[in-house]
Amino acid sequence: MARTTSDIAVKPAIEASGVGKRFGPTRALHNISFSVEEGEIFGFIGPDGAGKSTLFRIITTLIAPDEGKIDVLGNDTVKDFRELRKVIGYMPGRFSLYQDLTVEENLSFYATVFGATIRENYELIRDIYSHIEPFKKRLAGKLSGGMKQKLALSCALIHKPRLLVLDEPTTGVDAVSRAEFWEMLKKLKQHGITIIASTPYMDEAMQCHRVALIQEGKILSVDTPEKIRAGFSRKLFSIRAPEKFRLITALKTFPETLSAYPFGDSVHVTFLNDTPVDSLADRLKKEGVNGAEIVETTPGIEDRFLELMEKPGEG
Amino acid sequence: MKRFLGFVKKEFIHIFRDFRTLIILFGIPVVQILLFGFVVSTEIKDAGIAFLDLSKDEISRKVIHKTVSSGFFSYSGELTSFREVDRIMKEGKAKAVVIFEPQFGEKFFREKSAAVSIIADGSEPNTATLITHYLTAIIQNYNQELTGSPAEEIVPVKAEVSMFYNPELKSHFMFVPGVITLILILICALMTSVTITREKEFGTMEVLLVSPLKPIQIILGKVTPYFLLSFINVILILLLSWLVFGLPVKGSVALLLAESMLYILMALSLGILISTVSKTMQQAIFISLVGLLLPTILLSGFIFPIENMHPVYHWVSSILPPRYFITIIKNIMIKGTGLGFVWKETLILAGMTLLFMLFSIRNFKTRLE
Ligand SMILES: Nc1ncnc2c1ncn2[C@@H]1O[C@H](COP(=O)(O)OP(=O)(O)O)[C@@H](O)[C@H]1O
Ligand SMILES: [Mg+2]
Repeated sequence: MARTTSDIAVKPAIEASGVGKRFGPTRALHNISFSVEEGEIFGFIGPDGAGKSTLFRIITTLIAPDEGKIDVLGNDTVKDFRELRKVIGYMPGRFSLYQDLTVEENLSFYATVFGATIRENYELIRDIYSHIEPFKKRLAGKLSGGMKQKLALSCALIHKPRLLVLDEPTTGVDAVSRAEFWEMLKKLKQHGITIIASTPYMDEAMQCHRVALIQEGKILSVDTPEKIRAGFSRKLFSIRAPEKFRLITALKTFPETLSAYPFGDSVHVTFLNDTPVDSLADRLKKEGVNGAEIVETTPGIEDRFLELMEKPGEG
Repeated sequence: MKRFLGFVKKEFIHIFRDFRTLIILFGIPVVQILLFGFVVSTEIKDAGIAFLDLSKDEISRKVIHKTVSSGFFSYSGELTSFREVDRIMKEGKAKAVVIFEPQFGEKFFREKSAAVSIIADGSEPNTATLITHYLTAIIQNYNQELTGSPAEEIVPVKAEVSMFYNPELKSHFMFVPGVITLILILICALMTSVTITREKEFGTMEVLLVSPLKPIQIILGKVTPYFLLSFINVILILLLSWLVFGLPVKGSVALLLAESMLYILMALSLGILISTVSKTMQQAIFISLVGLLLPTILLSGFIFPIENMHPVYHWVSSILPPRYFITIIKNIMIKGTGLGFVWKETLILAGMTLLFMLFSIRNFKTRLE
């Protein structure tokens, strides 16, 4: 409340510098630095074990970093954790709902705990909560994945937080609900809530204003999805054949193949620059792969991510 | 305050929606009391009772007749001298002998005061207490019948009870204090540690921690419902054993309840302490059962008398809080002693409670690790 608008414009919502965290021998996070602007939807994309949850737990004051520090909304996550716990909305990896409480009981419990009421912040969650309100007398444990996700989001929002931290909010949820979910998050922008979300699905990067690619505790790249995609440095070919697995194995035997990843019903391949693509179909046939269709294609963000993950350190 | 009440309400919902929790909370105590009580009462069904009537008048005959026809005992015969009392009890033919003083009837009418002595076989204390219980009740009834006045006003017949082999009355009604001690450990320590670790396991603790709730608020919110329910449980057990088995609290009920509260607090802080060192419900259950319940059953004098234990166990037993509570509650319930006799145990228990509370609050982390 005490902040002025100019403050908001100047200070980033999250500022991490040199953050490191170990669990025994495992280096969960290593020299992480980034900053998130206020009102942004910021995504952390990375595979299982990349360190996303650990990072979010540091941001939400749940664990202290071994090295470096993170300022969230102008507060240090270690020193000022009491302050921060009033203004953060957190949705942990597993939806943190009480399975034996009804939808409504869950929501009003979280409201009370944060010193809010459902009525006073109903406006904020209406778009989301209205989907599940018809089932408000149902036990949370009996909800579908998509409904649980919406309830958990409502619970995380019910006290009108300034920062919303969503750890893998779309994991274990059907594709329709996933798309719906990102639409809801975008609508929250009008309330000026900063959102950070993690996901293992690379295609979801497009839903964020900016994304950070994180792997083995290191950030490989931070940028807008567009710019990340534009960073793709090579020619990309999409190859389709009836036997996809055989196709990949064959491609990998060629010395000029740089990368070959399954992508939907085709395989995305890059080669050393001077590869004669015309002769490729014949060579594949020799390897026992028949009917290969080869076309050049525009790289998507996933292609760039895969490229980045191949040679960490670049980018 | 609103936060706290909201939290307590949530905990009550958890409790009342979970069938297993309800069984542990209310099913187990009731079943245990009834079961133990039933076993103890059936023992006296076959208990023989003999009479030594030194008066042989109308009134004494009637009391004997009443007792025998009550159906509670089997009749072992009439004795003619004190020497036979010793013999018949050693042979095990009678568990108790009722002795009428000479001129029983005359004293009854003239002095409005006559005495019977009940000598009971104290080596089976539970039987002995029950027999004296029933006998006293029968005689009191008869008093009322004869005088036509409510029991309290004139009590011509007084029963004096002496225990034959066990004058200190180490009653097997010990099972009631024993059950209370166990049940409270079970509810307070086991259940609270499980409900707290459950929040860890389901990930809800993460959100609670990232809320303005302070650890002490989380702890109090968790513990308050169990405190109330445990207290209700103590009252329930006392009522049951009084209504069904006629076992009264000999000493002060208020003192007994106060001591129970202290013990409940102790067990609750132990529960919190257990939850702070266990990551999963399984761990919490294991520590509560193996580390707490089992030693309580074995070493706190519930089943085996502490006096007969190997010194090592004796020593172990002296660090177990339930052991002190069982002493306290035994004294108040069965011997009817006051705080003067149990202040030392009370002090030890209070000290332990304070220690556990401090530890558990200090151990309850504001962060995940
Ligand atoms: N509490 C912990 N104790 C030990 N190792 C941990 C702990 N939390 C995370 N790790 C390890 O740290 C790494 C990063 O984990 P995490 O942050 O959960 O990744 P992500 O959320 O991206 O899947 C993993 O190797 C994981 O095993
Ligand atoms: Mg994770």
